[in-house]
Amino acid sequence: MKLSAKQASLLVLAVLIVLSPFFFPSGYYFRVGSLLFVNGLAVVGIVILTGFAGQISLGHAGFVGIGAYACALAPAYLGLHPALSAVLGAVVSGATAYLVGRPILRLKGYYLAVASLGFGILVSMVLANEARWTGGPDGIKTPDLGLRGLLADMGLELTNPQFWYALSGLALLIGAWLALNLRDSPTGRALRALHGSEVAARTVGIDVAQAKLMAFVVSAVYASASGSLLALQNRFITPDVAGYMHSIELVTMAVLGGAGSVLGAIFGAGILTLLPQALTVFQNYEQIMLGLVMMLVMVFMRQGLLPSVLGLMRGRGE
Amino acid sequence: MSLLVVEGLGIKFGGLHAVKDVGFTLKSGEIVSIIGPNGAGKTTLFNMISGIYLPLAGRVMLNGEDVTGMSPNRLAERGLSRTFQNLQIFQSMTVLENVMAGFHLQARGPVLSDMLGLPGSRRRSREAEAGARLLLERVGLERAAEREAGALSYGALKRLEIARALALRPKVLLLDEPAAGCNAVETEEIDHLIAAVAAEGVSILLVEHDMKMVMRISNHIVVLDYGEKIAEGDPATVSRDKRVIAAYLGAQATEAANADG
Repeated sequence: MKLSAKQASLLVLAVLIVLSPFFFPSGYYFRVGSLLFVNGLAVVGIVILTGFAGQISLGHAGFVGIGAYACALAPAYLGLHPALSAVLGAVVSGATAYLVGRPILRLKGYYLAVASLGFGILVSMVLANEARWTGGPDGIKTPDLGLRGLLADMGLELTNPQFWYALSGLALLIGAWLALNLRDSPTGRALRALHGSEVAARTVGIDVAQAKLMAFVVSAVYASASGSLLALQNRFITPDVAGYMHSIELVTMAVLGGAGSVLGAIFGAGILTLLPQALTVFQNYEQIMLGLVMMLVMVFMRQGLLPSVLGLMRGRGE
Repeated sequence: MSLLVVEGLGIKFGGLHAVKDVGFTLKSGEIVSIIGPNGAGKTTLFNMISGIYLPLAGRVMLNGEDVTGMSPNRLAERGLSRTFQNLQIFQSMTVLENVMAGFHLQARGPVLSDMLGLPGSRRRSREAEAGARLLLERVGLERAAEREAGALSYGALKRLEIARALALRPKVLLLDEPAAGCNAVETEEIDHLIAAVAAEGVSILLVEHDMKMVMRISNHIVVLDYGEKIAEGDPATVSRDKRVIAAYLGAQATEAANADG
């Protein structure tokens, strides 16, 4: 049986997640890997919003912040279990996205970019300023998820980095599976259609405003889940996680790797997480090299790294 | 019974009447053409009927219901569908997906079902795909199904838009210059296609510059000039109308003068 593109993407991702640890020179790389997966999860949300529906958000770290702080605040003030706190964070993020998205998604292009940027800044300011509740700029501790202990009781002993590598890898795999299902579903086609031509999308019966809002809400839930995983694995969180630099980082990862492709965007998250480590050989010029790579990719591979490389390979094959 | 009734429709751009007091009716299975020189307001009229522009005056009745100013997606739900003069293709999607998107109203479902890939979602996609393949066959694009839409020729894209519009199973179909940029063979194919669709009971409103085609397939012709209706009737009547001849000859004389200059 021939694999569909979706099955092939998931298989590649699963194989990479499972086999990579065999090549890790040290335990430190489990930590790098889980960070990559956590970023990748938020970036898959960006793929749905930007790659499928063609809408830009420079404020998605705001939802990462909501997801992250839910895991710190809900256990402390509501006595909620950390896992349920992550669910609560996702619900709050989705509801916030719904309320914020309604007015701002009427805007297009750079107007939308600036409005969403404003939302992200708002969240990070609230997190930094409401120090009584959030611990302010110094950050706040998050409780232990407790799952690793549970696994140890069942006879599966994992180091902390190994556990988080596995859990965030699994989360990324599920997130990618959902997004790939969406892509080739009626809803996904509606999103990609409005990306291509809003006016034509409307004439085939697509409620464009509602479809955009739906994409915004779904991508916010992805960002929130990413924030929750980050907060729980770090056991500590600061308002930086909701900062605009993180928002821009997420969009850059998606666009660099290929915003239209789930696997491409995860690849982009991988590049931007790993490249700084690899570029340390350039020492002081590390940031300059990173910027240069980003510019060159965008100039010569506008569709993003992975789709362009695959396109080249296909072109050669024929 | 009249499926589409347009009454006294008008709109202004920058204080000038782009369309003024235009009315006509469209019966089931009828082909009505709107003709007129460039800038006569044909596409503007289309945009008002299809809900893209909000008219300043007049009303549009679809199947007995006042649909003036209704959004295009709600008009689509009521059986009105259209194509565009300046192609509006879903560029990064395949030809097949473009037509599948046309089945949105039948295929749409809960987003959660679509994300989880539940059997219901897959069934809806399968049905849309089967329908889309039939339509692609009908417009002669079945062999291009898996190609990216952006890679198609202009004439092929015109037919793709018709297939996508037909996916809605419309009662009223607005075609804005379906034969523009097509060669003689393609024009004839589109000509046959339009006649066949009308024969199934779909009412067609057509804007087209190819006069031979318009005269051949129209039941009724409405002539616009400077945004106003200057004549209407069956093809034979309209082609003899003095004002129509003057408007066209005038336009052609101006165009010739411009070309010389």
